[in-house]
Amino acid sequence: MEAAPLIELCNVVKTLGPTRVLDGVDLKIYRGEITAVIGKSGSGKSVLLKHIIGLFEPDEGDILIEGRSRAERSAAEKRELKRKFSYVFQDTALFDFLTVFENIALPLSERRDRSPEEIGRRVREKLHQLDLDDVGEKYPSQLSGGMKKRVALARALVTDPEIVLFDEPTTGLDPIRKNAVHSMILEYQQRYGFTGVVVSHEIPDIFFIAQRVAMIDEGKIRFEGTPEEIQRAADPEVRAFIEGLESPRDDLTGIDSHPIGQKRLLQEMIRLQRHEIPFSIVLLAMESRAGTERIGGHEAGQQVFKLFANHVTQNTYITDTCFRFDINKIMVVLPDTNREQAERFCRKISRTLEGHPLLDALEENAGFRYAVRAGIAQARPGLDLGDLVAEAQQELAVFYESRP
Amino acid sequence: MAQIVIFKKPLTGLGREAILAVGYLGRLFLFFLRGFLLAFQPPFQFDKVRQQIYFIGMKSVFVICLTAGFTGMVLGLQGYYALVKYGSTSALGSAVALSLVREMGPVLTAIMVIARAGSAMAAEIGIMRISEQIDALETMDIDPMRYLISPRVAAALICFPLLTALFDVVGLYGGYLSGSVLLGVNPAFYFARAQSSVEMADIVGGFLKSIVFAAIVVAICCYQGYYTHTRAEFGAKGVSQSTTSAVVISCVLILVADYVLTTFLM
Repeated sequence: MEAAPLIELCNVVKTLGPTRVLDGVDLKIYRGEITAVIGKSGSGKSVLLKHIIGLFEPDEGDILIEGRSRAERSAAEKRELKRKFSYVFQDTALFDFLTVFENIALPLSERRDRSPEEIGRRVREKLHQLDLDDVGEKYPSQLSGGMKKRVALARALVTDPEIVLFDEPTTGLDPIRKNAVHSMILEYQQRYGFTGVVVSHEIPDIFFIAQRVAMIDEGKIRFEGTPEEIQRAADPEVRAFIEGLESPRDDLTGIDSHPIGQKRLLQEMIRLQRHEIPFSIVLLAMESRAGTERIGGHEAGQQVFKLFANHVTQNTYITDTCFRFDINKIMVVLPDTNREQAERFCRKISRTLEGHPLLDALEENAGFRYAVRAGIAQARPGLDLGDLVAEAQQELAVFYESRP
Repeated sequence: MAQIVIFKKPLTGLGREAILAVGYLGRLFLFFLRGFLLAFQPPFQFDKVRQQIYFIGMKSVFVICLTAGFTGMVLGLQGYYALVKYGSTSALGSAVALSLVREMGPVLTAIMVIARAGSAMAAEIGIMRISEQIDALETMDIDPMRYLISPRVAAALICFPLLTALFDVVGLYGGYLSGSVLLGVNPAFYFARAQSSVEMADIVGGFLKSIVFAAIVVAICCYQGYYTHTRAEFGAKGVSQSTTSAVVISCVLILVADYVLTTFLM
């Protein structure tokens, strides 16, 4: 099923000053996927990204885009190619002599293929989506760091790019904003199907939105695979890097992080096999139903998710484990529990969600609505852990919906 | 043999520096040429050129008038005391006018604009470089040479001759102030001699100089800013070095070019 990669880096070598920053990088990026590039600071992640967009030329090796290298293309083709890309700079790189509005309009207005009215409309739409309505006439120096990041995102997305390269889009943001940006990238990607490459330090959060992960170390790709694969990787360097950044608690919700939860699942599995103690898992997915066309909606969503996680933990026993399974999913491991009891647990949560402070957060951000889906699976001897989780995922069904 | 070895080191050093200097001048010329030619590429960037004319030209008017006034006054004073020995103070007008139109006007205008606008240009473009704004333009398929450099080149080429003309006129009245009003040279003689001694060739030569100076100043100041990232020092230090070297190199090259041009014009 291996499709042809959209972007392929073949043995890319780049020396900057005395250091060999990239030392033979091979990487494939597939269409319609989000690829996360992780690695230590100074390991060449940004340089790699700049090679993809053509700000840097490799000393050796080649970069194939849609199967062809830049050198093979004519000047007109290169321009056409460039227009498919957008780049979100780490330090935003907003033009300080232009207003926010002009900054976002620039990539469109310099192309001169649209009328000023249409450009204005599109820019206002992006300003609205990123909750920047009031700052259009301000200059970047008058904005906070988080706002500048949003302006940079708006500027990158206003051209409807096919490929978006993000250089640490969430560095320096608080957990809610960070998760909101991730959730927005994910939603945009699902809606418009762009290909994303995200350089990030946000481990494990970035695994929630990436379909592929590449770890770069000492100028080479040390690991390439799915987020699940990298979390199970045997390579000690990869393990040390991932575990060094992972905290036992999820920084948005405060519940256990994904790897801790996975360990707990394994323990339960062993208990089941050795002592035949049954257990069940409940997967709770919070889905936005409305309001997420703006980043404010995503922020509200993350806030509600945080409260929701809190609410779920309050309804569990001390022996139960709640952990963050995905950007919008929580998994609850219920030891000594069969399917029926797990269903009762779900009903309790659903019942108590009515008239809960979650809704207060909603009123503040009027327009945001969500639904919760739940999937239950009971472990059986001989059932693989992966199959168990898959079963819960298959069973996901709406069990609560917030009122409009 | 021993003598050769002694001379070899400084000679190779000198040669290396010479090659670097020639290479620099070549790159500078190509840089200017690109900026200049892109200014003629439609669609024209009238708005940006207008903004730069305001910045380079309009905002320099006050400082040009100030320096021109005092330069003219000093010329009037010095000329008077030199001429009074020979009893030919009536020639003061031609002395002041000729030195202004041929030399002082273009050179001092260029140096004042370097100080006021050139340094700012180098710093502004340098900061845009280190904060990746120039890279951002490139990722948006906007040619930074065309977007940033061309309007500045066009504006400088328009502003320098005009500012030089302003300098000449104000300087002439400065000479009148010190020569005639303070020291008593007949004003009618002063202006008559000024008018009769300055020929069209002098004025054309002066404007030619100012246009060449404009090219030198805008090329060096933009170039230094544009290539800030290639320096050994990064960040704010790199920008400060770029600004300093932009001012120093363009001042020196103005004086060198002035000498060369004068040789040809005479």
